[in-house]
Amino acid sequence: MADHEQQLEHAPHHHVTSLGVYFAVFFALAAGTLLTWYASTIDLGIWNTPIALAIAVAKATLVILFFMHVIHSTRLTWVVVIGSFLWLGVLFVLTFADYLTRGWLMK
Amino acid sequence: MSDVTLSTEHHHHPFLQHHFEDLGQQHEASTLGMWMFLCTEILFFGGVLCAYWIYRIMYPEAWAVGAAQQNTLFGGINTIVLIISSLTMALAVRAAQLGSRSWQLIMLFSTLVFGSIFLGIKGYEYSMHWHEGLFPGSHFTWHEHPALAQKVQLFMCFYWGMTGLHALHMVIGAGLLLWMMWRAWRCDFGPEYYGPVEVMGLYWHFVDIVWIFLFPFLYLIHGVHHG
Repeated sequence: MADHEQQLEHAPHHHVTSLGVYFAVFFALAAGTLLTWYASTIDLGIWNTPIALAIAVAKATLVILFFMHVIHSTRLTWVVVIGSFLWLGVLFVLTFADYLTRGWLMK
Repeated sequence: MSDVTLSTEHHHHPFLQHHFEDLGQQHEASTLGMWMFLCTEILFFGGVLCAYWIYRIMYPEAWAVGAAQQNTLFGGINTIVLIISSLTMALAVRAAQLGSRSWQLIMLFSTLVFGSIFLGIKGYEYSMHWHEGLFPGSHFTWHEHPALAQKVQLFMCFYWGMTGLHALHMVIGAGLLLWMMWRAWRCDFGPEYYGPVEVMGLYWHFVDIVWIFLFPFLYLIHGVHHG
């Protein structure tokens, strides 16, 4: 019995997210989908693309924090998650620094 | 002697692997390992997205015309279907945490059903594009805008490639779901040990996130704006 208690002590006692949070996130994601569709049907000039991107990033953040439990994860998990997106940023910034500036010298 | 053996067996959870101190450490290691894999997946899809954006900036008209060939209703319904499957996946993990075998099985099965609906709608879209001549290569017979046809073909390369890679991930996810359902059926999971369902959930949610970006990028490009 003592062994069993000791084992439970070392078992993962993770946060169990409430049904309310899961459903709230779900409805926020559904609303974001409708919003991104609606925003694409109206002419917002140069703002159509940034708005679509911002909604997608907000939706992805909700999924990562709540559905993927990162908000209750260890700091090491946070480092890996943030590190992933930092590397993605390096990939985009360095590649764009090349392709988007190629015409500059010709002008 | 037999007492010692008994207490040793009692001490170890049947799914605790010998190289871990305890179930908590094993759980942390497996979720961290999955996140490391997802990091490579983020960069894998990120590379394709980077190429997509370079060509989108170079050929904005063709990208808008290409996106106009997509059926926004099917794409939107599929986005909602995938979000529902993510909710049921999260609820399956919750059921495992709370030790409910029946809810685990119901939620894993629902996830499989919604994942299959997504693939079914996607397959129907693919067959429509195929018949419209929108498959790149010698099959490409779409010439509504002759001046843009070659660049629209490039857009369609990205469309088939990105949605195809995403669909491949969904098919792999469906296989993993069947495996998890079999293990849940065997009563493998409970509050002390649910790492595999949690890790499977991380993968499934990641695939959902990829689609969250693909939907606006491939279906919803509003006109052309020269900055």
